[in-house]
Amino acid sequence: MIRARGLVKAFDDFTAVDGIDVEVRPGEAFGFLGPNGAGKSSTMRMIGCVSPPTAGELTVLGMDPRTDGPRIRAGLGVVPQRDSLDEELTVEENIWVYGRYFGLPRRLVRERAAELLEFAQLTDRARSVVEPLSGGMKRRLTIARALVNSPRILLLDEPTTGLDPQARHVLWDRLFRLKREGVTLVLTTHYMDEAEQLCDRLVVMDHGRIVAEGSPSALIAQHSTREVLELRFDTADHAAHLGGVEGVADRVEVLPDRLLLYTPDGEAAQSELHRRGLEPLSALVRRSTLEDVFLHLTGRTLVD
Amino acid sequence: MAAPDQGRVAAAGRLARAVPIPAGAGMARMLVERNYRSFRRTWVIIASGFFEPVFFLFAMGVGIGSLVGDVETEGRLVPYVVFVAPALLAASAMNGAVFDSTTNVFFKLKYAKLYDSVLATPLGPRDVALGEIAWALLRGLVYSAAFLAVAALAGAVTSPLALLAVPAATLIGWAFASIGMAATTYMRTWADFDYVQLAILPMFLFSATFFPLETYPAALQGVVQATPLFHGVAMVRDLMLGQVGPDLLVHVAYLVVLGLVGTAWTARRIERLLLR
Ligand SMILES: Nc1ncnc2c1ncn2[C@@H]1O[C@H](COP(=O)(O)OP(=O)(O)OP(=O)(O)O)[C@@H](O)[C@H]1O
Ligand SMILES: [Mg+2]
Repeated sequence: MIRARGLVKAFDDFTAVDGIDVEVRPGEAFGFLGPNGAGKSSTMRMIGCVSPPTAGELTVLGMDPRTDGPRIRAGLGVVPQRDSLDEELTVEENIWVYGRYFGLPRRLVRERAAELLEFAQLTDRARSVVEPLSGGMKRRLTIARALVNSPRILLLDEPTTGLDPQARHVLWDRLFRLKREGVTLVLTTHYMDEAEQLCDRLVVMDHGRIVAEGSPSALIAQHSTREVLELRFDTADHAAHLGGVEGVADRVEVLPDRLLLYTPDGEAAQSELHRRGLEPLSALVRRSTLEDVFLHLTGRTLVD
Repeated sequence: MAAPDQGRVAAAGRLARAVPIPAGAGMARMLVERNYRSFRRTWVIIASGFFEPVFFLFAMGVGIGSLVGDVETEGRLVPYVVFVAPALLAASAMNGAVFDSTTNVFFKLKYAKLYDSVLATPLGPRDVALGEIAWALLRGLVYSAAFLAVAALAGAVTSPLALLAVPAATLIGWAFASIGMAATTYMRTWADFDYVQLAILPMFLFSATFFPLETYPAALQGVVQATPLFHGVAMVRDLMLGQVGPDLLVHVAYLVVLGLVGTAWTARRIERLLLR
């Protein structure tokens, strides 16, 4: 569906995307995970044919964005990072008008709008203007609008940023439904739980490069241990406790507010610390997540 | 997606490759449709676009005209209202087009970010340029026709050729809307719109609008004749007075070139600004 080889995007003298290789297969949910400024949106805009690549190869739906932009865009649904709803129109008009941009007949657009408003749980707001809608409603409307042309690929740039947990879960549920219907999902996020929930495969991006690639579980297996022991001490500098925990875990990461001990068996590590007489304020054993993968690969946390 | 649309989009793709102008899908009319939808909710503005030239017609043409008496234009003596009505039609075509293509477009470009979402669909920068300019023209067309009807009632129309003043006013609108929209793409703040007024107001007053070209000092006549509104006014006046000569071709050619340059320039700028 999407294939990139050595894809580069440069703005003046700044390189936002620095030679990435990506392959998205039909029907999968593919993610770009990375911190602010990693180059996720720049990549999405190139795929969406609204930003010409500076160098490298890119094919979307088997076509070249440089020459077939309109034809490719006809088969895409785009949910941009910032909602770009038409605030001068009502909720239903937003979908009608957007469908018309794709050249769809008026009657069809109206039928689809009714279905999509149902899908987005906005039927009762159909005739209200867009402006007073809540953030979650606007996001759902943006997604509904992106589906009006029955896209083969749906591009979602941080679909749930700024939503409360409940609204996020509703959105995830809608996205699962689309995936079951065979729509290929490509999304960016800097939430690792979102990536783990939604993505079959993902790439981790940092500074415009891909630092790892695979399924969430494979990435965790490859770049982290099964469990993590988180320790908090009553101290300003957690690095001071590095000596005390030496040898207990495979690997230790120091964060400003805690130590992370990577080990296959958190309980065992905890009893070893107890045996050594170490008394942290709190100790917590948890499963490894993509956050740990990211920390290991880049030395930084994802959400800052 | 329906088959005929794919065909159309494919043809547009071939065209985009063949011609070195910014891409579009040949669907600018969808943007016109969108503007119509949003406009229905703000129809009050239609009133101002119509009343302004009509007020001028009565104040200047009928009111001041009764003091001025007849004026000589093209070797013919006509009542002042007959002289000034074509100028008001041309000037209101300019004002309406400039207003639509600067203020409205600036808002959509900078604040509503409308074109960001439009460009994510098959529509391209050329469609955005054509759609917005066409919309400005459509509104202008309605105003011009209404104004002409009022002018006829006020006795300011003397030739059936005056009917051609409506398409002529639309041509004026095209020239100014396209240049105005191109200029808008360079604007950073609302304060920049003062420059637009600075360009528009002297043209409105001094393009042989309210007094004949012969009354200007010889040195200034050349300057006046170089402005686009002069050609617009002269064109409409020729038609409304029914005095059509080869000059008309010069006026039309001047405005057509301006419209073509402005449209291509706008499309190029939209591409530069939004597709980067
Ligand atoms: N139009 C532009 N002009 C200049 N620089 C840009 C432009 N767009 C993006 N950049 C720069 O490119 C880099 C990558 O930006 P991008 O928006 O792709 O990051 P991102 O991964 O989407 O980040 P975020 O999580 O904050 O959305 C940033 O440093 C940004 O400042
Ligand atoms: Mg982004």
